[in-house]
Amino acid sequence: MKRHLISAADLTRDDAVLILDTAEEMARVADRPIKKLPTLRGRTVCNLFFEDSTRTRISFEAAEKRLSADVINFAAKGSSVSKGESLKDTAQTLEAMGVDAVVIRHGASGAPYRLANSGWIDAPVINAGDGTHQHPTQALLDAFTMRRRLIGPDAGLGQDLAGRRITLVGDVLHSRVARSNVDLLHTLGAEVTLVAPPTLVPVGVETWPCEVSYDLDSVLPKSDAVMMLRVQRERMNAAFFPTEREYSRRYGLDGERMARMPEHALVMHPGPMVRGMEITAEVADSDRCTVIEQVANGVSVRMAVLYLLLGGNEPAVAHPSPAATRTTRSAPAS
Amino acid sequence: MSKILIRGAKVLGGEPQEVLIDGETIARVGTGIDAGDASVVEAGGKILLPGLVDLHTHLREPGREDSETVLTGTRAAASGGYTAVFAMANTFPVADTAGVVEQVYRLGQEHGYCDVQPIGAVTVGLEGKKLAELGAMHESAAGVTVFSDDGKCVDDAVIMRRALEYVKAFGGVVAQHAQEPRLTEGAQMNEGIVSAELGLGGWPAVAEESIIARDVLLAEHVGSRVHICHLSTAGSVEIVRWAKSRGIDVTAEVTPHHLLLTDEMVRTYNPVYKVNPPLRTERDVMALREALADGTIDIVATDHAPHPHEDKDCEWAAAAMGMVGLETALSVVQQTMVETGLLTWADVADRMSFAPARIGRAQGHGRPVSAGEPANLTLVDSAYRGEVDPAGFASRSRNTPYEGRELPGRVTHTFLRGRATLVDGKLA
Ligand SMILES: [Zn+2]
Repeated sequence: MKRHLISAADLTRDDAVLILDTAEEMARVADRPIKKLPTLRGRTVCNLFFEDSTRTRISFEAAEKRLSADVINFAAKGSSVSKGESLKDTAQTLEAMGVDAVVIRHGASGAPYRLANSGWIDAPVINAGDGTHQHPTQALLDAFTMRRRLIGPDAGLGQDLAGRRITLVGDVLHSRVARSNVDLLHTLGAEVTLVAPPTLVPVGVETWPCEVSYDLDSVLPKSDAVMMLRVQRERMNAAFFPTEREYSRRYGLDGERMARMPEHALVMHPGPMVRGMEITAEVADSDRCTVIEQVANGVSVRMAVLYLLLGGNEPAVAHPSPAATRTTRSAPAS
Repeated sequence: MSKILIRGAKVLGGEPQEVLIDGETIARVGTGIDAGDASVVEAGGKILLPGLVDLHTHLREPGREDSETVLTGTRAAASGGYTAVFAMANTFPVADTAGVVEQVYRLGQEHGYCDVQPIGAVTVGLEGKKLAELGAMHESAAGVTVFSDDGKCVDDAVIMRRALEYVKAFGGVVAQHAQEPRLTEGAQMNEGIVSAELGLGGWPAVAEESIIARDVLLAEHVGSRVHICHLSTAGSVEIVRWAKSRGIDVTAEVTPHHLLLTDEMVRTYNPVYKVNPPLRTERDVMALREALADGTIDIVATDHAPHPHEDKDCEWAAAAMGMVGLETALSVVQQTMVETGLLTWADVADRMSFAPARIGRAQGHGRPVSAGEPANLTLVDSAYRGEVDPAGFASRSRNTPYEGRELPGRVTHTFLRGRATLVDGKLA
């Protein structure tokens, strides 16, 4: 694995499967009475959030604490972060404080890449979402959720998503989740289809390893999972689509549409859901919808990423299971 | 004044000759000229060109002297072989009055490294609403002939029409920064395969092309002269080619960086590659080179855009747009146009001196290298190979995309009206 996790495209198939397998071990910790591992004891991780995202920050923080890391939360929101040098200055301050890893969320595409590659800082950098570029741990937790549901937690170990058909629906243009998922799902062998109005598909999408369709109904019957993307109402005012009603008529997921999906197919959403426009309450509350599981899985996946990037010297889980042995063998040096 | 004999230089790339400078003018050009009491510059094997003329330079003074001043900018120009530069109007205050353009012009004359010909703003404050006093700027000591809101597009069709018509009275030209503003809201880089992947806001080619199409039609309708700044797309080339074939009085420029770099560079997220218009694709680059070769694009202009380190040492979205170019322009042109066989050195003299001086009506510049002409000359060691080291730049800013890149050719001497401003690669 690379030293940083900036983009889902940085991961090989084996890296990705290793992370998913490690996350399965981490998930087991959540079932224990004491949900904590000593793995990152004495290590300091900083959550550097230039953009508000309580969900993602809490998820990372939970993962860090379950691995016994010391956690620093830095929220740059509200401080005057209009100029770029504050990213550099902040990074160097953290470096001086001896931070061992930085989890960064930033409104500007490429900010984590700059942080990792400009010589400002030595610590590993984990991208927790940058602009409209990437959100690799989101893609990993989505893949983890799919593998669990479509193959099963134990049967899934060592497996990828070869041949599975995954559909992403909504604002692809502005979605870092879509970009990360296309990269990762392709690496894992899945067949990805993007569905959106043409205005919400980026110019240049033709080189992406996926299909593009403007017609949701034709894609649904051959989908093993349908992931609904966030559509902001503001997009309507910018003429990306005429009205909310028309959007939901053509691209929203309701019970009738869900019935056209194969029985085993799941419905996913990175959250928070806008009920009504993208997804009806009926679908959101159905047992096919994995939104809550995705949240839980996010913690396991982020534990796995932190563990693997920070290269804990001990096995991830103290009482070794067969899976733990596998992890130890592959764990990279820090 | 003293006499200088340049010995063995290939004038415009031709056979080696001697060029005798006497005072401010060229006294003789030929073979076997006796040095007499002249000091001698041994130029065996080097290329002698007319002093280069840049129709598109940002000198930043007044207002952003931390980026560049008229002094540092003209020293950079002399280092790059330029004897005249046209200074863009987007300063603080904006060069939209006779007072500001005269100040910039005089600073150029006082420093003496390079003639500075100010460009006047088309509209007050570059706001695109009200015509600036174009006539007053023309009649001032600066004698402004080129008008541009560069940095911004004159996007209102009526204002553009009126400006084109108005400057006809004194032979002026409007230089358009072609960028449809609504199509480029939030734009960070060329819209295409790379922007889709990087998640950076797209600057579509059509935003440039649609304005050029409109402006050449306006120029035709009112019978005026229009100049298109920094063409960057294959489609723009097609439109200008069509306009010229129709007899429309349009000229166009291309920057060195658009002849060499592509949007693939943006994958580094290094803001040194952030420029407006953005770096385009390989296909665009090839079309621009061809168009410069066949004369569809008339000139090379640098769009020299200095920025201090802190405006580039940050994340992409927060970074300023632009790159410095005066000191590397000729090297890039040599690599992309001469060494590819697309242009001869005589063609380079045309694209970088004769034609820009003609478009901007620069007095005494872009003249033939022959007896009786002003001694504005540039001597180039075209055999030189070396890595670009911004530490040696005369420009106050260092935002070059070529750091560490090997580029051919080096300007060794520059003469402004017979006085050396650059000697053996060092500023005089
Ligand atoms: Zn411009």
